[in-house]
Amino acid sequence: MAVKILENIYEKVDKVPTRDGLGKGLLELGATHPEVVVLCCDLTESTRVQWFAEKYPDRYFEVGVAEQNMAGIAAGMASEGKVPFIASYAVFSPGRNWDQIRVSLCYSENDVKIIGAHAGVSVGPDGATHQALEDIAIMRCLPNMTVLSPCDWIEAKKSTFHAIDNKLPVYFRLTRDKVPVITTEDTPFKIGRAEVFRDGSDVTLVASGQLVYEALIAANELKKEGISARVINNHTIKPIDKTTLINAAKETGAIVTAEEHQVMGGLGSAVAEVLSEHYPVPIKYVAVMDRFGESGTPDELMVKFGLKSKNIMEKAREVLKMKR
Amino acid sequence: MTFQKLTDLRQLKLMANTIRQDTLRSLLEAKSGHSAGPLGLADFFSAMYFNILNHEPKNPKWEFRDRFVLSCGHVCPVQYTAMANAGYFPKEELMTLRKLGTRLHGHPHNGSLPGIENSSGPLGQGTSQAVGKALAARMEGKKHYIYCLTSDGEHNEGQPWEAWMFAAKYKLSNLIAFIDRNYIQIDGNTENIMPLDPLDEKYRAFNINTISVDGNDISAILNAVDSAKKSGKFSMIILNTIPGKGVSFMEKKYEWHGKPPNDAEYDLAIKELLSERQRIENETF
Repeated sequence: MAVKILENIYEKVDKVPTRDGLGKGLLELGATHPEVVVLCCDLTESTRVQWFAEKYPDRYFEVGVAEQNMAGIAAGMASEGKVPFIASYAVFSPGRNWDQIRVSLCYSENDVKIIGAHAGVSVGPDGATHQALEDIAIMRCLPNMTVLSPCDWIEAKKSTFHAIDNKLPVYFRLTRDKVPVITTEDTPFKIGRAEVFRDGSDVTLVASGQLVYEALIAANELKKEGISARVINNHTIKPIDKTTLINAAKETGAIVTAEEHQVMGGLGSAVAEVLSEHYPVPIKYVAVMDRFGESGTPDELMVKFGLKSKNIMEKAREVLKMKR
Repeated sequence: MTFQKLTDLRQLKLMANTIRQDTLRSLLEAKSGHSAGPLGLADFFSAMYFNILNHEPKNPKWEFRDRFVLSCGHVCPVQYTAMANAGYFPKEELMTLRKLGTRLHGHPHNGSLPGIENSSGPLGQGTSQAVGKALAARMEGKKHYIYCLTSDGEHNEGQPWEAWMFAAKYKLSNLIAFIDRNYIQIDGNTENIMPLDPLDEKYRAFNINTISVDGNDISAILNAVDSAKKSGKFSMIILNTIPGKGVSFMEKKYEWHGKPPNDAEYDLAIKELLSERQRIENETF
């Protein structure tokens, strides 16, 4: 049964960047959790940790452009009881400090939260160097790491509160561009639990980040063609919700995954790992196909890289042909 | 139970000699690991674990302990030996070094052995963690010190420089760092691999209180730490050490950076160390 999300999203949606949700969540956590501290690498405004920094200047530390140092300092603070959130663009953190995240955070079990802002091609005009498309792959292979890719700003805010209860490292993948608001404060959210956002019986669209909205639009359009598509919001890429995925495979018999990430190592791979072992069904992938991004407006790039609802619809039609 | 520090210089020198012998024994047993660095650091580890650190080996999580952060994780055999002699764990366990099921991994893991403050091995990572520990302690108004040992080869990495810049910026006077300046790394002499001299001038240019001492002179190390504490600044103590110190055929030889002794070399080394022990016992202060 689908959970309750915002009504009328098929007609009209507001748009807010997911980084705003984390920034707001952090501000609220500041009041309730004195152990929370924030470190940033010269990107205070654009990662939205500025809001925390202004309210709690004694718990905010500017590290300069040094992501490896930031991860290490945070690990040291975590080992002494603080809960540091480290903020930068995803291409830099975790892009440039993977070894520090591996050893100083994950292997050492230091509770540090990583804010990876500006993920995906929807970063836009900054171009390929600043568009993280590999971050999920390099984070989800690390023991002790949790990987979250919230679908909208409200979910990003909720994930902040839930992540604080998880006493191990968490990676938040966030967007620069405004993305459709599709959930409400009451939409259920639990780390490690994927939610069905729309019921369907012919095929399941498993999406994360802003592709959840595109999947919902795709499902709504496919209905007009007589195809009943289930939509799953798979915000937690690790640990992945096997039960919800296996049930979807059993009940619909075909899967399309959708994400703003390289096809290798991301959500699609994670879903395939689960289903190929437990309940193999045909899968098609909507993702970035082993190439780098480029400059352009966010929407132009989402179209060019095939990350829109019409691409999800095409893959759904294709996977249905493979269904036994 | 409060740990009884050694305050007598002869006792500290004898402990350094014991640490050298025990370290070589564990390396012989392990059949792999680093020899030169640990031998060169035995005097430092005797001073650190038996005089400088406020700690309780039987209560390794004691809140008010000083923190010792090893950043150049590959020299851990000498740290394990110092810890065992201080009472953190039975000395027999030194024979499990690098073996399956051990708590004494080839590079240290904080989750395996109580008393190890941080996991290390990938060079540079301990420096930032030490900075983080110092920052957290200061936020809490805690009075303990954070000591961090790095190596000179480690300074090929960018991370130590990033960490010390931060320590200087935030004036972390509760942090005292050391560099094992032994001029060797795996591929050869540090000045051939990637020149670091003049290291002390580089640190002074970073606005860091820099002290350079003979790293095999225990009283010089103790005086340097006193001076660092009195400075009220983040301080860097450069330990000019002789790699392989105490074993003539290992001294200053980079070939001994990353290998253990064989049986014959071990016997020869112990013979030299026993005669040195005799000399310390007869030394007049």
